[in-house]
Amino acid sequence: MRYIEPHGHMVSRTTDDYQAMVTAGCVAVCEPAFWAGFDRSSVDGFRDYFRQITEYEPARAAKFLLPHFAWLCINPKEAEDLALAADVLAMIPEFLTKPNVLGIGEIGLNRNTRNEIKVFEQHVDLAVKYNQLILVHTPHLEDKLKGTRLIVDLLRSHPGVKPERVIIDHVEEHTVNLVLDRGFWAGITLYPDSKSSPPRAVDMLETSGHDRIWLNSACDWGVSDPLAVPKTAFEMRRRGHSAAYVDQVLYQNPVRFLSQCPKFRLGD
Amino acid sequence: MTKPRTSRTSGRLPAAAAQRAVVDHSFVPVRAKLIEVAAFLDRVERYDAAGDFRCVALRQAAKILIDGKPARARRILEELSDPTTKPDAITSGKAALGAWQKSSSPKRAK
Repeated sequence: MRYIEPHGHMVSRTTDDYQAMVTAGCVAVCEPAFWAGFDRSSVDGFRDYFRQITEYEPARAAKFLLPHFAWLCINPKEAEDLALAADVLAMIPEFLTKPNVLGIGEIGLNRNTRNEIKVFEQHVDLAVKYNQLILVHTPHLEDKLKGTRLIVDLLRSHPGVKPERVIIDHVEEHTVNLVLDRGFWAGITLYPDSKSSPPRAVDMLETSGHDRIWLNSACDWGVSDPLAVPKTAFEMRRRGHSAAYVDQVLYQNPVRFLSQCPKFRLGD
Repeated sequence: MTKPRTSRTSGRLPAAAAQRAVVDHSFVPVRAKLIEVAAFLDRVERYDAAGDFRCVALRQAAKILIDGKPARARRILEELSDPTTKPDAITSGKAALGAWQKSSSPKRAK
């Protein structure tokens, strides 16, 4: 089996995890910029982080023959500081020409505040200006439904946004159709305690369709499982879905979306 | 333009022989989770914490489990969601709590 991990925060993982992922069939990993667990104090903290995910992390992944790609942004959890956000947004174009950068992400909302929306809109403007793919984070728990509605409405009202070039991640049963019905791609995140479990993810594939959905583990420094995607393949097979079906969802779908960026290329 | 998507029944759906397997594979783990819910509700009563808004929301949402209607997962998620539509003027903290509390929303934008 082959699969792509389209959303993994590998800076949080050990090299053992790289080894386990490759052994399980992972052929590429994509790393969106995210919150470090604490607020960075200046734009220089972000500069170092962007260097880490565009220079150091690809080299670490390459030791396991794993292509590594990245997305850039200031995460919505740090978007309340508008001055810092402006500094980071101004710096991002320096890194957009890095060979492993696929687009702007994971942008979005956290607590659905006015400031988060401002910074989200600025990121979208930046992505449109530089013709970048967009990866969107949707809020957690009780904030997800409202935040997803706000995000979808903002994106649909932006004249430069092409829905087929946007993936809205962390959908659950109450948001998946909201995203797909508006023409966007949807990401299902597999977490042990929140977001979706492997059985629920397969339920959503069976009931909402599977042609514009990818699955990811979003493995980070919290409770998460870097092998959640291949474990979901097992759930699909156990229900009687074919190997071709598994391959489409876990490999061909992410390839189809990510290949809209010409820098996304896999080796033999 | 809205993109077409695969039929909601597409993919290789479980064959008749797989119907029992769906239950066989999941029943014991789900049984365990249901007992965890029950034990949690007992526990918060013993600790006099059953009035916490999250526990109240959980009991309310649990009614959906046995109402005999479909889309239970979606409806429970909606039951636990913030139903408002306006952005908040200020943040109430970095972390969501898992259930919406009406009284915690004086920060709603006008």
